Amino acid sequence: MLNFFQLILIYAGVYAMMAIGQNCITGYTGMLSLCHAGFFCIGSYATAIMCKTMGLSFWLSIPVAAVVAGAVGFLIGVPTLRLKGDYLCIATLGLGEIIRNIATNLNPVGYNSIPRVSLFGYQFASRNKVAFIILIWAFVLIFYIIFQRLAHSRIGRAMTAIREDEVAAASNGINVTEYKIISFVLGAAVGGVAGCFQTAYTLTVQPASYTFMVSVMVLCTVVLGGMGNGKAVILGAFIIQFISYFPQLTGLTNVIPAQAKQIIFGLILVVMMIWRPQGLLGRDKFRYGDPRSRGEKIRAVFARKKGGAV
Amino acid sequence: MNTLSLYLQYIVNGITLGAIYSLIALGYTMVYGILKFINFAHGDILMVGAFSGLLIYQALVGEADPGVWTMLAFFISMLASMAICAVLGVFIERVAYKPLRNANRLAPLLSAIGVSFILSNGAAWIFGTTSRRFPYPFQNDPIHMGGVTITPHQILVIIVSIIMMILLAFFVNKTRMGKAMRATSLDQNTSALMGINVNRVISLTFAIGSALAAVGGMLASFDFRVYPSMGTMTGLKAFVAAVIGGIGNIQGAMIGGVLLGILEAVGAPLLHIPNGMRDTVAFAVLIIILLVRPEGILGKNEREKV
Repeated sequence: MLNFFQLILIYAGVYAMMAIGQNCITGYTGMLSLCHAGFFCIGSYATAIMCKTMGLSFWLSIPVAAVVAGAVGFLIGVPTLRLKGDYLCIATLGLGEIIRNIATNLNPVGYNSIPRVSLFGYQFASRNKVAFIILIWAFVLIFYIIFQRLAHSRIGRAMTAIREDEVAAASNGINVTEYKIISFVLGAAVGGVAGCFQTAYTLTVQPASYTFMVSVMVLCTVVLGGMGNGKAVILGAFIIQFISYFPQLTGLTNVIPAQAKQIIFGLILVVMMIWRPQGLLGRDKFRYGDPRSRGEKIRAVFARKKGGAV
Repeated sequence: MNTLSLYLQYIVNGITLGAIYSLIALGYTMVYGILKFINFAHGDILMVGAFSGLLIYQALVGEADPGVWTMLAFFISMLASMAICAVLGVFIERVAYKPLRNANRLAPLLSAIGVSFILSNGAAWIFGTTSRRFPYPFQNDPIHMGGVTITPHQILVIIVSIIMMILLAFFVNKTRMGKAMRATSLDQNTSALMGINVNRVISLTFAIGSALAAVGGMLASFDFRVYPSMGTMTGLKAFVAAVIGGIGNIQGAMIGGVLLGILEAVGAPLLHIPNGMRDTVAFAVLIIILLVRPEGILGKNEREKV
């Protein structure tokens, strides 16, 4: 039981990282990308190939994964993001399949027994889950802070403006295509880094595991928590992982069919869109021109609750 | 076999494949023309059509040998699966898309992905993930014409597709309801003011598109077998076909489908692409079209009004 909870924590960390990337694309800029599985695959393969075939360090593969995934995102983003409408989602849906296709043609069985990650002489072994939880969540925290800062920066505000109204954003001097590409490339890069940690934990990569389902799971994570809200996305990652490990957790693997979780993910998307499109936690509130600090705002809310005059 | 007849053979195969893409692309393009959104679940409706067609056909025919009765049973099961898919399409529209008609652009897309996931995994749950063969309802002995070989099933695919497209063109261009449909795709609010029941037009669009997808699914299952995730890649390619022709344009979808089929069948051997990477061709075509002529062959370049 404890074992499964630790496993959920690890995978929730990996998915939280991917969801941070997806949130940058879908939540901030309002573009629908469906190939996080592809970026995830690129990252996993980067670590696998660099550590196994080239004998390089895991830590070196993280920036490489980010750059390669970002570059692929750039290549697909440049033709499709110039256009209006929803071409991106179809193009990315195709890209996800193509990346898996290439990975399968490259090496149908994938890579096994990839060397373990070591840090200052300490080796991360898969059975020692606590070490992995700390490692992965440390990186989730780093990315959370980076993207939270990004969301509140000039770039982030431009992205939000594009999400709300492209024409209005463009007429205010925002280069829509440029910011869309920035957002897409950043999101892709984080997806790639998440792949490194997946490989570091499982020490195997198989092309068959990077299916469209992974992309939908990441999307579901973002939608469930709340698009454009960093904390909500991490909450979403926990819920989604809990749902997908629920049969193992309760020992009902024989009772619950394997497709049940996918059907639940589909239902989550439909139901959330109809009844709560802003997600469980809703959108992040921005301090547009509000000079009060967070503490002052919280105090103001409590003052109102007590029945005092506003 | 010399090179010329080899390529003629590829083109014949491509036209057959393309006719199927066209039928499916019509559903995408009609829905896009009216609601301006990509119906992601369309590919999975195709899968439902193929499964229901197969099951009804098997129930009707049993162990009978190919003959007149199996041919008749094939068309009966095709009509039945068209009806099933039409009802399913309208139901999906009512439940998952209609409440979101005034929501932001992303909401119906996400909902459609959810529906697609429910359909494909629901089918995997009910029917299992193994792929099934659709038995030919006739003797499928190839016919040799010069250096080119045509199988009866290819002829069937092409004839059925042509009939369906003529019927659709007649409906859209000559009937009152077709006129209402064209009006709605130009401007929803104005057509509502002119007394057109927009909701009914939208339901009808989904019904027709899904019925055509059912035909496409059944015809495709001769070549691709029937399995729960068959709709994803076929649906994706049909969408590419719709984009090639100009999304929202009905003639464009027909032309785009055939063009994509030929490109795929000829392009892979021409460029020496291994068969496992054939899907890449359709994808590369999409990227090129988006770069060179994003409005498609027959599409008009629409400017967004504020």
